[in-house]
Amino acid sequence: MEQSIYAFIRKYSWRQQLLILGLTALSFPPLYFSLELPKTIINRALGDPDGPWVLFGQDLERTTYLFALCGLFLLLVLIGGGLKYVLNVYAGIVAERMLRRLRYQLYEHVLRFPLPHFRKVSQGELVQMINAETEALGGFVGDALAVPAFQGGTLLTILTFMFMQDPVLGFAAIALYPLQIWLIPRLQRQVNELAKQRVRQVRRNAERISETCATIREIHAHDTARYELARFSEQLGAVFWIRFAIYKKKFLIKFLNNFIAQLGPFFFFSIGGWLVIHGDITLGALVAVVGAHKDLSAPWKELLTYYQTMYDVRIKYEQTVSQFAPPGLKPAELLTGEPQRVPSFTATHLRLTGVTLLDDGGEPVLDRIELDLELPCRVALIGPAGGGREELTLLLAGLLVPHAGRVLIDDMAFHELPESVLGRKIAYIGSQPALIAGTVEDNLLYGLKHRPLRLIEPTAADRVRHARDRHEALASGNSPDPVDADWVDWEAAGVREPAERLPAMIRALDVARLTADVYAFGLRGQLPANRPELAGRILEARRAMRARLAGDERLARLVEPFDPDRYNGNATLAENLLFGMPVGRVFDLEHLASHPYVRSVLEETGLVAELQRVGYRLAQTMVELFADLPADHEYYRQFAFIAPENLPKFKAILGKTTVDRLDRLSAAERDHLLDLPFKLVVARHRLGLIDEALQARVLEARKRFREGLPAGLVGAVAFFDPNHVNPAASVQENILFGKVAYGQARAATRVAALLGEVVDAHGLRDAVIEVGLGAECGIGGARLTLAQRQKLAIAREVLRRPELVILHEPMLALDAADQPLVREALLETFRDRSVIWSLQDQDWAGRFERVLVIERGRVVADGSFAQLGGPQREPAAVAG
Amino acid sequence: MSLQRDVDALRAIPLFAKVEPARLKLLAFTSEHLDYEPGEVLCRQGEPGDAAFIILEGTADVLVDTSRGRVKVATLGKNDIVGEIAILCDVPRTATVVAATRLHTLRISKDGFFNLVTQFPQVGIEIMHELAARLHHTTQRLTDVSLKLGELEARET
Repeated sequence: MEQSIYAFIRKYSWRQQLLILGLTALSFPPLYFSLELPKTIINRALGDPDGPWVLFGQDLERTTYLFALCGLFLLLVLIGGGLKYVLNVYAGIVAERMLRRLRYQLYEHVLRFPLPHFRKVSQGELVQMINAETEALGGFVGDALAVPAFQGGTLLTILTFMFMQDPVLGFAAIALYPLQIWLIPRLQRQVNELAKQRVRQVRRNAERISETCATIREIHAHDTARYELARFSEQLGAVFWIRFAIYKKKFLIKFLNNFIAQLGPFFFFSIGGWLVIHGDITLGALVAVVGAHKDLSAPWKELLTYYQTMYDVRIKYEQTVSQFAPPGLKPAELLTGEPQRVPSFTATHLRLTGVTLLDDGGEPVLDRIELDLELPCRVALIGPAGGGREELTLLLAGLLVPHAGRVLIDDMAFHELPESVLGRKIAYIGSQPALIAGTVEDNLLYGLKHRPLRLIEPTAADRVRHARDRHEALASGNSPDPVDADWVDWEAAGVREPAERLPAMIRALDVARLTADVYAFGLRGQLPANRPELAGRILEARRAMRARLAGDERLARLVEPFDPDRYNGNATLAENLLFGMPVGRVFDLEHLASHPYVRSVLEETGLVAELQRVGYRLAQTMVELFADLPADHEYYRQFAFIAPENLPKFKAILGKTTVDRLDRLSAAERDHLLDLPFKLVVARHRLGLIDEALQARVLEARKRFREGLPAGLVGAVAFFDPNHVNPAASVQENILFGKVAYGQARAATRVAALLGEVVDAHGLRDAVIEVGLGAECGIGGARLTLAQRQKLAIAREVLRRPELVILHEPMLALDAADQPLVREALLETFRDRSVIWSLQDQDWAGRFERVLVIERGRVVADGSFAQLGGPQREPAAVAG
Repeated sequence: MSLQRDVDALRAIPLFAKVEPARLKLLAFTSEHLDYEPGEVLCRQGEPGDAAFIILEGTADVLVDTSRGRVKVATLGKNDIVGEIAILCDVPRTATVVAATRLHTLRISKDGFFNLVTQFPQVGIEIMHELAARLHHTTQRLTDVSLKLGELEARET
């Protein structure tokens, strides 16, 4: 990156800067004349009763002359303001482009950091620098020439005007400028120094916050919250004292500036007044000069500020840029470039010559490794943890660059090969795989997204937007690649037709034994809106399910189907009333009664008073059962209808009246009671509060709710309909179309098995998996278990079919039973290609043709499993 | 009210007979009903147990695996409890219990039971009384048996 901010500005925006200068120059003439006009108005139109009043060669009547001059003045003000508007917007655009460019370059540098550098930089600091600190730099870029040119020009114009009126007054106006020029920057420099300290301190705060997020478990597990709070408080205190010092100095500067500015009128009225009295200048001139002086202080202040900012920004830029240029920064062309020659990864040699890798302390982690692997190969790396095994796998994957020696493929050095070769030919699966925030499918396809391949059928509006975005990205030196294009390189995955995509993904999931998990996600997921043909098949499955349940009394007991004309004893009262799934947040099942429409339906059907009585009885039972439990008891979460903090409130309500005289309660208290019963499930809670008569009335309310639903609420609920798929319900709910019954032994397992049979019989399994691929993984894959994350990382690499796969303890979190199965499936998948596997369990080494024992950074043994002594355990060589 | 029926069933069990009704109600409320089809297994001999079952309706067979194969040792009916040892201490199930008819049970989980006891120590004390009484009874019978055994041995020699 450019070493100074001026070099940066010159290189990327000199044309725009010239345009800004041009616009600035244009804005001065209107300014000058708008200063000149008031004088003419006062002296000629008002002050001279005899005329003649001539404008542009026209002899005018006095009033017309006045209004013409005023009109002209307005016009000039408009032109001046308009030009300033255009100038400001344009300068803003230039600033934003430069800011975008700067952030992009910094982010690109982060991508080019050598991996070990990430141990030294804190994420919080990087975020702070790229996001917040560049803001000031960008703003300055837009102003870099515009402000001195515009404000300086304005100042000069006004001064010229003043000197034209009277040189003495002109001198009076600038008499104290030398003092300001000398004093203010000195004070400002101290403020800037403090501001810099503040920036560093805020960075430290950012670092502390990100560390807190990363170590939150440790904080709670060690009871160090108080210590952390103290540390953070201390840091905030440091910011406070710096700010305090800044305020004192900053407002002193402001005071001095204002004082000096106010000295102007003092001189004008004293000297100017004396001149007017003695008839040396006209009153109009004095008024114009006083007016001009008022305009003078603004640009002068701006210029002073500019000077101060410039000084500050110059240093800030250098500080930031130096943070983003660590030694060993990867050349930019290796990041996105294409190679001149693509090396072969089959039938060639992968060689390490004198490879040495040092740790942060300069001690060798790998020490002059010499290695020759004939590809395709199947190699196991074993040895103690910390002996250099992991580092060797990272070197072989091109993720680490050796400090000495070279890694060669097909006689080409790794560190000269672009990532378009290494990242496509080689796959690396480590023990802590990272996932992106997105769906399972996004993660599965992540390894195939190297470049945009096909634009997704752009509409006319899209095309305009694309062209605009592309032009703007290029203007800021950003990547013009459209993110919403299709980036997935299916060819690389061996997929030629769209119909083969899903099977290919499922094969990859199968290898990693993740298919069952994704199928389970799919059952819980919603049907995609763009697959209408699936709906028909789901309905068929629903009918088959119905038939299976109806045909077997034992199975029938497991599921209570949704029936528009029957109360479902295994569903909540809320579900029974709504008889559908809420879409969006309009209807909240937890607080259904508080919705005005629901309320009106309940009132029309006379259910309000009845449900309030049910609520009263429920409250009675809850108070009786839970009164003696401490507020944090888990039973509240599991069983209670009333949160512990609300229990006293209901106790009070119960104390006020009996169930027959609820009219003694306030409307709010009755509403509290009304809210309670909606979570009641007849079959589960066995409280006998919702009897058949009440159920019949709920059914009536259900009907009325649906029939009277106002047009505005139609989209807010997806009703259960035996003949239609419910878009808001999950796949499982759609097929089952009912509730799994409470109180039936192993109901969930048996229903799941039955569901599986129906899904298979209707050929829906792949479709369900497809839905499951759309499940969200959460940030960093947090919604998946560690085992699922590791499996997904494996499936991701299987799908993209690299020539060489390098693994370092890739499935420690998997079930012991799954591990050998995944291992065999992987070895089978890669049987014609190369596998280098760093093993924790050395018993597995027998599955590899060649075994390398890595210890203390050296290859201490090399040969077949049998040559190395077979499966017996030698503590020195095979601990791990 | 069926919750009341559960409470009554619990009170009919000697182990819980002396526990306050309000506590039994909480235990009943936090326990679940489970229905079994004939032939379905409630618990299997040798497996760790995590719940006791109170039979509300139907009958169940208690089977024990011996060297001579599976032997039916008892039949349980209404208001009988099965597996109560499992909620008191960690021992594997001593028998297999199979539903003989369609079976309606109340399942008392170990967690639910322990929650009750830790929250209301009085419940624990009452159960301890009941267990101590049983132990006393068992000890006495053991003494009787030992005496009888001694007599028999004396007679043989």
